[in-house]
Amino acid sequence: MSILVGSDTRLVVQGITGREGEFHTRAAIAYGTTVVAGTRPGKGGQTAIDGSVPIFDTVAEAAEQAGANTSVIFIPAAGAPDAIMEALDAGIGTIVCITEGIPALEMIPVVEAARRAGARLIGPNCPGVTSPGRAKVGIIPASIHKPGRAGVVSRSGTLTYEAVQAMTDAGIGQSTCVGIGGDPIIGTTFLDVLKLFRDDPETDAIVMIGEIGGSAEEEAAAYAAEYLRGVPMAAFIAGRTAPPGRRMGHAGAIISGGSGTAAEKIAALEAAGVRVADSPTQLPKLLLDAGYRR
Amino acid sequence: MKIQEADAKSLLVAQGLPVPPWKVARTPAEVEAAAGTFFEGGAERVVIKAQVLVGGRGKAGGVKLAASAAEAAEVGSRILGMDIKGITVRKVLVGAAAEIVKEYYLGAIVDRASRRIVLMASAEGGVEIEEVARQNPGAIHRVSADPQLGLLAFQARALGLAIGLRDPLLSPFVAIAKALYDTMKANDADLVEVNPLAIVAETTPDGASSQRLVCLDAKVTLDDSGLGRHPGLEALRDLDEEDPTDAQARRLGINFIHLEGTIGCMVNGAGLAMTTMDLVKHYGGEPANFLDVGGGARHETVRGAMELILADPKVNAILVNIFGGITRGDEVAAGLIEGRAQQSREVPMVVRIVGTNAAEAARLLTEARFETAASLDEAAEKAVALSKGAAR
Repeated sequence: MSILVGSDTRLVVQGITGREGEFHTRAAIAYGTTVVAGTRPGKGGQTAIDGSVPIFDTVAEAAEQAGANTSVIFIPAAGAPDAIMEALDAGIGTIVCITEGIPALEMIPVVEAARRAGARLIGPNCPGVTSPGRAKVGIIPASIHKPGRAGVVSRSGTLTYEAVQAMTDAGIGQSTCVGIGGDPIIGTTFLDVLKLFRDDPETDAIVMIGEIGGSAEEEAAAYAAEYLRGVPMAAFIAGRTAPPGRRMGHAGAIISGGSGTAAEKIAALEAAGVRVADSPTQLPKLLLDAGYRR
Repeated sequence: MKIQEADAKSLLVAQGLPVPPWKVARTPAEVEAAAGTFFEGGAERVVIKAQVLVGGRGKAGGVKLAASAAEAAEVGSRILGMDIKGITVRKVLVGAAAEIVKEYYLGAIVDRASRRIVLMASAEGGVEIEEVARQNPGAIHRVSADPQLGLLAFQARALGLAIGLRDPLLSPFVAIAKALYDTMKANDADLVEVNPLAIVAETTPDGASSQRLVCLDAKVTLDDSGLGRHPGLEALRDLDEEDPTDAQARRLGINFIHLEGTIGCMVNGAGLAMTTMDLVKHYGGEPANFLDVGGGARHETVRGAMELILADPKVNAILVNIFGGITRGDEVAAGLIEGRAQQSREVPMVVRIVGTNAAEAARLLTEARFETAASLDEAAEKAVALSKGAAR
């Protein structure tokens, strides 16, 4: 099965003619993802990616005419919230927004609109979602993956690659890897993804990669304590050495008013029975220690 | 982005919030002149407040009263030039001292858990809200603004009632709370705080006394991602209080935070950059900086990042950790080779590049005789050893 994206994904790429959009669409197709459409207002009727992907003016047309059910957004910050709203309006059920730098206050009504529409918004400012061997939606490099039964959820990009590579090197394959994004206001949280993994018959273990700022890791820990006691879990939290009051690259990675520290998050996870690694390279070993069998 | 109190007050005034007049002064003579105008206007005392972006200026002696223009000049001369938590005070705010009847707290934040703007109010104003949250969390009242309709009047009323406000101050409070919310929205702020929001006693020219709610202090933090939508706000950046390397990092488009250690770090991705710092510490070293070169960094950016790292005289070793996705390893390697050819001083370096074009990067680095590492842990251990070796 996997979660969020898989064999039944029919992808529309919003912003397919841009540099990033085109590059990552090629990689998605090479990975075997079903890319059914791209959008670029004013270029409807043309094609992209060497004639293999039809371009539509609107997401609604891509949904109606090409049967798109999932969208990925490679549109600059100024237009990205509108792109999400357009996808929602077209009835797209899973929307992955890669765009970085959207003001938090602009995302608040958009996230609410996604919730009301019953759609799943991943991101913004995220690397996307990959279900190894099935579909790759976003910018996570294909080479790091191996199909398997461990779910990965992370607030980060390259740090996720590091962890997934370590898992693959250790022979631990992944069911789905979800980058939820480093912004303060995101569509899908750790908690949401943990619930999806819990209900996925093909996910038997979970790796969670958090960082300083906010309290999403603590909320996830509380859920894990109650509902995931039997599931092997390992976590890593970045930012043990981050100074308070400074934004560490990600808009959401900030210790403010003394809360959101790595120490608090690690303590909450350990209290919930989750093993916490000192280095992302230890994650495979901790999963095995927790009882996971490859 | 943090901005000074005086600038924050201007943003509040623009949304119609009641803020008593103030002037900004940079010299004792300017303080004296500013104080003079408030005394002419009937003030009995003036308040002089250091304008710095760090908290705790009151405790540090950066907020004082004066009863005459001459005394104001004297107080100003003591505050100007004062060092508050490593920041030199270059300007002060001068205003008429208010006759405070009672102090409240009112703030608006972006609440990540509820994904809404949350307004918070407390009858325990004038002290740090974090302190109230620790000592007496029940004293802080909250409402969540509707994500699509904004802060509604009934919510603002509920907040006012919760902190004990009644007629005739309840309606003004509702207007203030809504204007505070508007200040958030109008400027893409992360935080707008008025502490204290005060009931002040005023005497009208005909001798009658009255009470009203006014904003005596203001703190605004702006969302860096929103600055592009508000071109005027960039001018509020206080370059005096900025590390000069910060401006250079902004020009290069990289995230850089100066720290106190000896190992300069260059990494792609914020989470991995934090992790690299954590591992340096884990293996017994101290990171000199957080540095995220961003996604898809070109060789010029890498070269610039190296200059930034080397500009810190405490740096005695450099750790480069790149996990290429969008970023190409060979591009980074080329930037490192250029950077080393032009570097102002010789510092040992360990480089780890994996992912996109890692093989090409390895060839370039081997040819140029760079010390390399295969794993993140190995790179961190080697960098710590290099730093300790250099310190001997």
